[in-house]
Amino acid sequence: MGKVQIKDLESAVIKFAGDSGDGMQLTGTLFSDDAAIFGNDIVTFPDYPAEIRAPHNTVAGVSGFQVHMGRKKVYTPGDTYDVLVAMNPASIKANIKGLRKGSIIITDTDAFTDKALETAGYASNPLVDQSLADYTIIKAPIITNVKEAVAAIGLDNKSAERSKNMYVLGILYCLFNRNLESTFHYFEYKFKEKLKVLDANKAALTAGYEFALECSDIKETYRVHPASLEKGRYRNVTGNVATAWGLIAAAERSGLQLFLGSYPITPATEILVELSKHKSLGVKVFQAEDEIAGICSAIGASFAGSLAITTTSGPGLSLKSEAIGLAVMTELPLVIVDVQRAGPSTGLPTKSEQSDLMQALFGRNGEAPIIIIAASSPANCFYYAFEAARLAVEHMTPVMLLTDGYLGNGSELFKIIKTASLPKITPNLAKPNEPNFKPYNRDAETLVRKWAAPGTEGLRHRIGGLEKDYSTSAVSTDPINHEKMVKTRAAKVEKVAEKIPDQIVHGEKQADLLIVSWGSTEGFVKAVVDEMIVEKKSVGFTNFNYIMPLPKNTADLFSKYKKIIVCENNMGQFADYLRMKLPQFSYIQYNKVQGTPFTMKELHDKFNEVLEDLK
Amino acid sequence: MIVNSITRSEVQLTKQDFVTDQMVKWCPGCGAHAILQSIANVFPKIGYRKENFCFISGIGCSSRLPYYVNTYGFHGIHGRASAIASGVKISNPRLSVWIATGDGDSMAIGGNHFIHLVRRNIDVNLILFNNQIYGLTKGQFSPTTPVGSITKTSPYGTIEQAFNPGELVMGAKGTFFARCTDNNMTLISDILLEAAKHDGTSVVEILQNCIIFNDDAHATVTNRDTRDDNIIILRNGERMIFGKNKNKGIRLHGPNLEVVTIGENGITEKDILIHDAYSQSPGIQMMLAQMQPPHMPLALGVIRSAINLTYDDLVEEQIERAKKESNIKCLDDLLNSGDVFEVK
Repeated sequence: MGKVQIKDLESAVIKFAGDSGDGMQLTGTLFSDDAAIFGNDIVTFPDYPAEIRAPHNTVAGVSGFQVHMGRKKVYTPGDTYDVLVAMNPASIKANIKGLRKGSIIITDTDAFTDKALETAGYASNPLVDQSLADYTIIKAPIITNVKEAVAAIGLDNKSAERSKNMYVLGILYCLFNRNLESTFHYFEYKFKEKLKVLDANKAALTAGYEFALECSDIKETYRVHPASLEKGRYRNVTGNVATAWGLIAAAERSGLQLFLGSYPITPATEILVELSKHKSLGVKVFQAEDEIAGICSAIGASFAGSLAITTTSGPGLSLKSEAIGLAVMTELPLVIVDVQRAGPSTGLPTKSEQSDLMQALFGRNGEAPIIIIAASSPANCFYYAFEAARLAVEHMTPVMLLTDGYLGNGSELFKIIKTASLPKITPNLAKPNEPNFKPYNRDAETLVRKWAAPGTEGLRHRIGGLEKDYSTSAVSTDPINHEKMVKTRAAKVEKVAEKIPDQIVHGEKQADLLIVSWGSTEGFVKAVVDEMIVEKKSVGFTNFNYIMPLPKNTADLFSKYKKIIVCENNMGQFADYLRMKLPQFSYIQYNKVQGTPFTMKELHDKFNEVLEDLK
Repeated sequence: MIVNSITRSEVQLTKQDFVTDQMVKWCPGCGAHAILQSIANVFPKIGYRKENFCFISGIGCSSRLPYYVNTYGFHGIHGRASAIASGVKISNPRLSVWIATGDGDSMAIGGNHFIHLVRRNIDVNLILFNNQIYGLTKGQFSPTTPVGSITKTSPYGTIEQAFNPGELVMGAKGTFFARCTDNNMTLISDILLEAAKHDGTSVVEILQNCIIFNDDAHATVTNRDTRDDNIIILRNGERMIFGKNKNKGIRLHGPNLEVVTIGENGITEKDILIHDAYSQSPGIQMMLAQMQPPHMPLALGVIRSAINLTYDDLVEEQIERAKKESNIKCLDDLLNSGDVFEVK
């Protein structure tokens, strides 16, 4: 490469793609962590097949990891790639739509065998046939070079070849003018007991870097300066890990023991995995025999006085429906985390969707309202998990936290806070020997009942799934009492609207078009609206994190716009919910149900189209 | 290391301490009444503080029991009592947790939770009211209904094999299994006391009569005229002798158990097996649990009571150890560990 020009970029999107055994998730994570440590703002988005080791060289078996790094705040993983790392022909085929004129492709020429080309469905080699002429291709005989670089270490062939992802990482570090230090540190920690592997990874990373220094395909290199972040300590965090930490925070701020009853399910498993690590913080994790036992054990733990959690994804939520009704009826605090994925049934297990909203709202027998909130970025999963726990404990009700595969697996920078800066959570505990204690007696204002854990002196009582008398708390089949209890439980949840923040608007407070989103769609819409504000378009934007109940200023806010468009990754479930709750407004829907989030371009085009119609 | 951390009562409690003001709504003549009485009798003897008892149930006639015992109680949903109780006990191991369940609740809809509770050996006590029928839904066959039985949903006779709860317990590596009949309150009380003392999941199967939908299902082993020759009450360390004339016994013959008569064919008392409920190996205990009239007597009493670690103790132990050994003492430690960078 010799001495080439360094170009400064505002941001860059890199997509890592390879066979599911090529280590692309790890490579992407290491690159992102390095970018974070360097000081870039980042958003990452892993995109992998449902199989652990899908068939080699197939398009369906391509595992991807996308990272967007910027010197300003970034809100999305990015529509198109500045750099595509393609470890085989199938990786190019699977990602061709994300390339734009001038994109760079880094590829392993050794992987372009006749067989691999055929399996990927290429009639001729795209590296040769000019079909990729719009892009800059960095051709590296990676397998050959890696084997050579690690030859002296004395690893077997297979292990040597396994370091090829680190070779690619070396090329990228050179391309973006980064150093190898932080990744060396990682190797030293990770492989402290496998010295040969440690040396091989270091050698491969260095060889890749050195290859890039000399590579004639590289005409310029790039630099993304550190973002001007607020002072403080930061780390890169996925939504699932942030969720786990938010729950731990809630346990500390409430003084309650944290209990998780859960069953492994993609893409929610990482919350269970993360909480399992933290026994030193007193977290009790019960990996149950099934989804139902997951939630039922949590209900038991809640009855016993713990801050109880169950985590799952859509199919698991279906199995938990009956038990959620039990928690509604027994008025016990419980947090249900649903990391949504594309359904119905098994659907697209590793792909993201927002299609469990109706199930969250109505998927139970009887009148069984619960509080529903939704996180909208990987890092704010921390705060909404905390908030879910706070509302559950203070209002004695199940709360569902909706996240999704995109948020759960995706990551962004998290500004580290002091736990003590979070609000204190006050459980509504009955006092020992409280005179005339009845489990279903409630606060006149909030309608919240008191929590009396077994073991507390003088408060022995029985609760359960049967309807109870409003005053005596004994089992009751009285029809008038039943209606009163149904209305009371509903009112208790509705009253939470008094305790949650008002809905806020980004952009114009009064305008032609209000763009509405909820949950994970926020970042994509926000990025587009920022552009439209610069373009002086008459738009406002509001994202909902509180779904049930809705913030109390929602109707007032909606009334300030000529048109309302609701964007979501489903067939229009939130739009339908708004039609039910606020029928005085009409709603345009914009939906995408493809297992991937909206792109900024799609949103931008749609909003312009609606604005045009208004003229 | 097994630690029973349940707080004991400072005063001697009585039966009255465990009676609620609720009207008991089981049918007159139902076997459940005797079980309820036995529980009220035995709880004061167990000696724990009254607030530390906790009754969890599922759905069915049996599962109304928590409303009738003055302890902390939780009436759950169908089949899930074991899962709910697991959460209660793991959450607070200082509680004496009891499960009231039936053959539909624990052998059918809750079968999965049942075997996993037993496998984990969580220190709870499960009372299985086995009336071999669905009572509250009015008379459909259950997983313990004997094959061929005519019920509302098997007008031509059932065509499925019945579960034997004892076999399930031992198949699931259970540590405690006992069986009794609802007409023998002394035996029920003795067994419940043993169950309470046992560290781990104690399963107590009570053969209960459903006077409305399955009357006399257990008549062979409960009727005054027939029972003595059809049951054997096992006591640890004692020879397995039974029968109206106390002259029948059980011995090991090859790999099987067989009934012999003392004094016939040269059989003496010394040939009769001695019951070892504490044996770790469930071999003979399994065969005892499998015995059925008319060829063999039904085994009652504590059939298995083996010592093993309990899940809830192991949870506490791991947490204690982690708290001692880990540098992560609070969330702030966790948030600031690993790859953190600072913007100045």
